[in-house]
Amino acid sequence: MTIPVELFINALIAGILLGGFYAAVTVGVSISFGILDIVNIAHPAFVILGSYIAYIVNQRLGVDPILTAIMVLPAFYALGAMVYQVYYVSFEKRGQEALRGLAFFFGLLFVTEVTLILVFGVDYRYVHAAYIDQTIRFGAFDLPMRMLIPCVIALMLLGGLQLFLTKTYTGRAIMAVAQDQMALQLMAADPVRIKRIAFALSIATAAIAGALLIIIQPVEPSVGREYIGRVFAICVLGGLGSLPGTVIGAMLLGIMESLTATFYGPSWAPAVAFGFLLLTLAFRPSGILGR
Amino acid sequence: MRTPVFIVASLIVAAVVYGLARLAGNDYVFFAGYVILQFVVLATAWNILGGYCGYVNFGSAAFFALGAYTTVALVKLPNLAAKYLPEGLASVIAAAVPPPIPVLMLAGGVIAGLVGLGTGYLTLRLRGVFFAIATLALAVVLQTLIVNWDYVGGSRGAYVIRPQVHALTGINYVEYLFVMMLLLSVTALTVARAIERSQLGYGFATIRDDELAAEASGVPTLRLKLVATTISGALMGMAGAPFPYYIGYLEPASAFGLAYAVNSIAMPMIGGTTSWVGPLLGALLLGTLQQIATVTISSAVSLLLVGLLLVAFVVIAPNGLLGLFDKLRQRIGAARASGGNARTGAA
Repeated sequence: MTIPVELFINALIAGILLGGFYAAVTVGVSISFGILDIVNIAHPAFVILGSYIAYIVNQRLGVDPILTAIMVLPAFYALGAMVYQVYYVSFEKRGQEALRGLAFFFGLLFVTEVTLILVFGVDYRYVHAAYIDQTIRFGAFDLPMRMLIPCVIALMLLGGLQLFLTKTYTGRAIMAVAQDQMALQLMAADPVRIKRIAFALSIATAAIAGALLIIIQPVEPSVGREYIGRVFAICVLGGLGSLPGTVIGAMLLGIMESLTATFYGPSWAPAVAFGFLLLTLAFRPSGILGR
Repeated sequence: MRTPVFIVASLIVAAVVYGLARLAGNDYVFFAGYVILQFVVLATAWNILGGYCGYVNFGSAAFFALGAYTTVALVKLPNLAAKYLPEGLASVIAAAVPPPIPVLMLAGGVIAGLVGLGTGYLTLRLRGVFFAIATLALAVVLQTLIVNWDYVGGSRGAYVIRPQVHALTGINYVEYLFVMMLLLSVTALTVARAIERSQLGYGFATIRDDELAAEASGVPTLRLKLVATTISGALMGMAGAPFPYYIGYLEPASAFGLAYAVNSIAMPMIGGTTSWVGPLLGALLLGTLQQIATVTISSAVSLLLVGLLLVAFVVIAPNGLLGLFDKLRQRIGAARASGGNARTGAA
């Protein structure tokens, strides 16, 4: 089979743009699972929640979804802090995070999804913004704005977080809590407080990822489930807790999915992420950038 | 109680349940009862890996669907045989199909057990969390495969025609399915209880409590985990095998429904994971509650209820209803003891 070059390059571009967006969805899990060791499988549900908030505000007031996301950041931050507090008191303190902590997040995922179904139904929702229908063309190659803008915002988000984690006191404390809680305590920083801040931040990123998601595609409550496998595949592939690794993993997955969808049909795309995850877990559990 | 005695006792209980269901004189009892019993099997199966070993399986729906689709694949075998095999062989296959429900259950159990073994082999050498995530992944991979597999109906789904009555016994077919599921529940509970009291069960418990220490003292942890995953997966597949006959029309979205995954976690968690009684209790309570809520309110609300109960229980009562009972018993015991002391003090 000869592969048409233009089709191939277009699929490649679409994959890179998609990958950028996947990085935004994954970065929250990279922080909570990768750095803090909290297996927050409910993260995609928070992303969908962000999508629905962007949808409501966009429909009622016509506000741009990304602007809405930035405005609700504090609310998501507070939500994250609350969830962590419950998690800490109920599981981490008792040392029961393995079994019951997982069940807790699974329950949260499920409750959020069903509540959204009860309130909004299972219809696909979408947003309006001037740029969504535009496409930049370079000869035969397309750069659809509804993919390009999420990708750019996502990379800005990851860049900002990487700067925060490596340059500020709190950020470095977050990286430290992953390595040695005791040492952090000796440096007069409260590990629980640092973890709360980090987890709250991870949930806050879901607000932005949610807005990006609803720009890219129409959203219904159970869309989040497809992202569980994706985010963990990327997270593991990128080497747990490394943000540059997250971007690389996300781009790889985006490209693979886009090529699969282009050449084998979109119905096979969901299996790519999971196949990736299973293979990574089986053969290289420390990820590509892992030590 | 020894295992043979337990089997006899539970068969008697099963007979009483069946008798009572017949007395109700309403086919709906069998329809609803089947679903509840199916959850008894799923919850018990989940608990063998989750409760005894401490490994969370989010992919119950995948194992369940494997059983269901094994049945579909077997039932559709004559079509395939007529196309590719010589006529004599094809007619032999056509005569053997559809196989009776117990055979279908065995077939579904074998397939699901093998997939459980394979998944376990790929991921159980890593930290437990990775196994949990991999099972989530497994559900989606399998669903994608089924959606793209035309032989079993693809995304359109497949019809499996349910006979009106069961030929051998002459009873209504749903009633027959109910009895089969009742017997499978007895089997699952017996297996779970036997494991709990055997060396195998103690091995599982060491993994749950401290895997590193178990490994260090010579417990073959990987082999035990693989045994648990295989048994658990096989039972889930067996629970799924009669499902196409029950529902009549099987499509990937219903076979892989998130409700199975949530329920098989929520039921043991709410009942209590330390003993076979917990999943049974949880499944009976939650199953009945959901049937009532589905009929009186809506199925979405009944699912929400399960989710909320799951979150509430893991936060407030980490050892489930069994844990609550234990606490209550201790408190009553303590009250009695202190009451006795007070009386002797007064005398």
